[in-house]
Order: sequence, then C-alpha cells, then structure tokens
Amino acid sequence: MLKIDALTKRFGDKMAVNAANITVDKPTMIGIIGRSGAGKSTLLRMVNRLSDASEGAISFDGEEITSLRGAAKRNWQSRCAMIFQQFNLVPRMDVVSNVLHGTLNKRSTFATLFNLYPQEDIHKAIEILDRLGIAEQAPKRAEALSGGQQQRVAIARALMQDPKIILADEPIASLDPMNAQVVMQALRTIHEEDGRMVIANLHTLDTARRYCDRVIGMRDGRIVFDGTPEQLTTGVARDIYGAGADFSEAATSTEIETLDRPEVRHAEAFA
Amino acid sequence: MADISLGSASQGLDGIQSSYMAQVQRRRLYGGLTLLIFVVLMVSGFNIADDRNAGGFWEGLHQIGDYPADVLSEAWEKRADLPSLIATYLPALVETVNIAAVSTLIGAIGGLFLSLLGTRGLARWPRLIPVFRRISDIMRAVPEIVVALVLIFVLGGGPVPAMIAIAIHTAGALGKMFSEVAENADLKPVEGLASTGATWSQSMLLGVLPQVAPNYISYALLRFEINIRASAILGFVGAGGLGYELRNAMAWGPGRFDEATAIFILLFGTIVFFDQVSSRYRNRLTKGQAR
Repeated sequence: MLKIDALTKRFGDKMAVNAANITVDKPTMIGIIGRSGAGKSTLLRMVNRLSDASEGAISFDGEEITSLRGAAKRNWQSRCAMIFQQFNLVPRMDVVSNVLHGTLNKRSTFATLFNLYPQEDIHKAIEILDRLGIAEQAPKRAEALSGGQQQRVAIARALMQDPKIILADEPIASLDPMNAQVVMQALRTIHEEDGRMVIANLHTLDTARRYCDRVIGMRDGRIVFDGTPEQLTTGVARDIYGAGADFSEAATSTEIETLDRPEVRHAEAFA
Repeated sequence: MADISLGSASQGLDGIQSSYMAQVQRRRLYGGLTLLIFVVLMVSGFNIADDRNAGGFWEGLHQIGDYPADVLSEAWEKRADLPSLIATYLPALVETVNIAAVSTLIGAIGGLFLSLLGTRGLARWPRLIPVFRRISDIMRAVPEIVVALVLIFVLGGGPVPAMIAIAIHTAGALGKMFSEVAENADLKPVEGLASTGATWSQSMLLGVLPQVAPNYISYALLRFEINIRASAILGFVGAGGLGYELRNAMAWGPGRFDEATAIFILLFGTIVFFDQVSSRYRNRLTKGQAR
C-alpha cells in the first residue's frame, strides 16, 4: 500500500531524515517514536507533501507521491489527512465550519468565500462530530473549546476528508492524560472501524505500545527500530532515545495507570 | 477507563443538525443582503458620480491609454538621449531623496517622543496623554501639501519647507504606529529600572527602547519609502527636486516627453531600490528579534 523508499530530507548540511525505508502492506496503526529532533515530524510532513523530500520516493497503491505538483498534489493531500500537535484549527470560526474545511479540495474558492457548503456535507460534519462525542459543541467557536475537544475537531476535519491515511504529528503532546486517552482512543477506533491507516508520532513509549500495531523508532534521522510493540523492550527503547541505564519508561509516561500497563493494553485499547 | 462518549449517539443529533442548518441559512441570508446593498450602493453611486462628471466615464474610457502612449512613443523615438537625460536629472533625484531622509529622521524622533508620552503605562505625565495623542492626530490629519503650500508662501520655495511639511506629517503618523508597538511592550523591565531610582528618560531608554527598536526601525523605513514619493509630489508645488522637473516636463506637453520618461524611470528605480534595501533590512531585524 504505502512504500517509502530511501526518503531523505536535508536542511543545509544537516540530515533531518536519512534514507528512511518503510513498507506497509495493509491498513495498520503505526507509532513513530524517538526524541525531539529525530526527524519524526519531517517524515510525516514529507508524506503529506507539506514539505518536499530532498531524495527518495513515496508511493501509495502504485502511485508516485513525491513528484506530484499543483492540483494532483492537493488531491493527494486531501486523501492523506494530517493532525497537528497544536490542532491548527481556524480559531475564530465555528466547529462545523472547521470540520467542513476537510472538503476544501472539492470546492472552488468562490463557493468557499460565500460559505456555500451543501446540506449533506453539513449533516455529515455534524454526524462525524457526534461520532467523536462533541456534537453539542457544533455551533461554538473553535477557540472556545478545550484542548482535547479541539483535537477531536481536528480529527473530525481529517475524517471529513475521507482519507486513506491519517497522519498524526504528536496528537497528544499538548493534552492532559485524560484528553490524551480520549484522542488516542478515537484514532484507534477510526483505524479499526473504518480500516484507515493511521501513522502517529508519539513522544511516550507506553502510548505507542498500547495503541499501535507496529512501532518505528527513529534516532538522528535514521530508522533504528521497526517491529511489533512486544519487540520494543526497555533495552531497545534506550537505544532509540540514546539514554543510559538510568532510563525509566515510567518517567516519561503520561498515562494514569502506568504501573499495570501490559495488561491494560489488550483489555482496554480495543474496548 | 473513564467513560468516553465515543460513538455514543446523543439523542439530539437531528436537533443539532437542524438548528445549525437554520443558523447557516440565516447567515447566508444576511450575507446575501449585505452583498445586495453593497452592489446597489456601488452602482447608484457610480451613476451619480458619472452624471456629474464633465466628460463621462464610458465616453472617456477608451482614451485612457492615449497620454501614456504619446509619452512612450516619443520617448522611444528619442531613446538615444535617455541615458544623458537620466544623468542630467540625477542631482534633482538626490535632492528629493535628501528631503525624504532628513524629514524621516526628524519625524521619527518627534514620533518617538509623541508615542512614549502618549502611551498608557509609559507616559511621563499620564494626565497629558490625550493632549499628546491629539497633537499627533492633528499632525497627521493635515496633508503635507497644505503645510508645504503655507510654508512656501511664508519662507519661499525650496527644499526646507518641503522637509518641514513632511517631517510634521511623519511625526504624527509614526507617533501613532510607535505608540501601538509601545502598548505591547513588557512593563516589567521599566518597573525594575524604576525600583533602582532611575529617571523617566533612563527607564524609557533602557527598559522600553531595546524591546521596541526592531519594530520602530521597520516602521521608520516604511515611512522613508512613503516620504520619497511625498517629496517628489511636493516638487509639483515648487519645493524643488525631481517633482519640480517632472511638472515642467509634463506641463510643456509634446516635445519634452522624453524628459518626463527619464524622470519616471529615475523615480521608479529609486523606489524599487529603497523598497528592496529596506525589506532586506526589515527581514534581518525581525529574524534577529526571533533569535
């Protein structure tokens, strides 16, 4: 399905992403971990084509992505939704309008200017919000919502795009543990119920272990680990983060139930 | 796990949908009405203005390119003379740029004092804030050309009245812009300096100016570009510089259009040049601020 081949990004003489190879055969929930500056965000931004690759190729269902230009590139972006750490909503517009922004690729600038969205799109937007449990917030301004609610609006915008892939760049890094759980649960549900591929940059190991089917570890722009959550031992995590023996997973955790983690994962992540 | 209402269909979904649709309909209605009123006002206003116009808009529209075409064709015929004409008018250009530079400098200093004295939280005499604000309002309300005409009448023609006129307008305009920047300045350093027994001027100099300097310089450079144009215009009323030469070349009609073209090229080149210089400098300032 998705094939990333020797993808490289250079900023000056610094290699942000260095010859990354990832192959995904079926819709999977993938977590990318690594410390700040490891190239996780740059990798996702290249997949969405927010930034251009220096070298290498991305292909999706046989279609070459890195060489797309203009309308073809924007069409790919509409099929490959992105969620950001700081939500990146339009703060002064209401929640439904923000969700409807997911259809912008299909609308002309003129229709956008006069806010002419079809009624079925508006109904669909509110249904998506209802699915995420925030339909009551529909007429409010996005800036009036809490962080967790705003992130769910961002997920609703992504779903409105009806994408094949959802990229999530640190989706829970600015949320409290409770909201982080709600958002991760939403992404997991979307993956399971809709069969969409989800690729999420995560900054906590236990989140990756708990919600993802596959974990990719990056360090200094290189992919240093690619395997199942079970293979991600503390020793491997030390390598990924370049940490010494004093590294403790609990110290980076934002989970409420850090201590009974392994059992929690299967019991509740799929609930 | 806490109860997450993911996918739990709330009973009011239809209600939410219909009330939001009603809200959208209402917004569209208001938007459409506003647009309609705008179009009606524009069309009727245009027709009234066109009726009162001596020539008429539609009859005159096709002639709009005639004058530039005359100028350009004559200039093209005499294109061999252009370089020497440009050289001839270079001193006038220097005079115009000089007027702009001096008046920007004096106006910026005046604007600095007006802004600091007219900003809440910074002012030396808080009760006089409205006075200083009105002074800067008046200074930028009066068009430069009016001040220049009065001063030329009193002082006689030349660059000095133009310089004073532009400086007055600049002080008022920059006072307003500077004071908006100063309003957002952090007051903690000022408090810290005041706690050491510093005077007002000392705490402004060390507490406020370092914070606002990049923005102030950026606005002053923008004003400098505007002032080059203003100083060229003031030449039309006898303040010297490039505008004076341009008026002569244009008013004497055919035969001197090559000179008008040379002056336009100089003016255009100068404005592009200073625009490039100041935008590069502004970029460096804002980047330096981020670092």
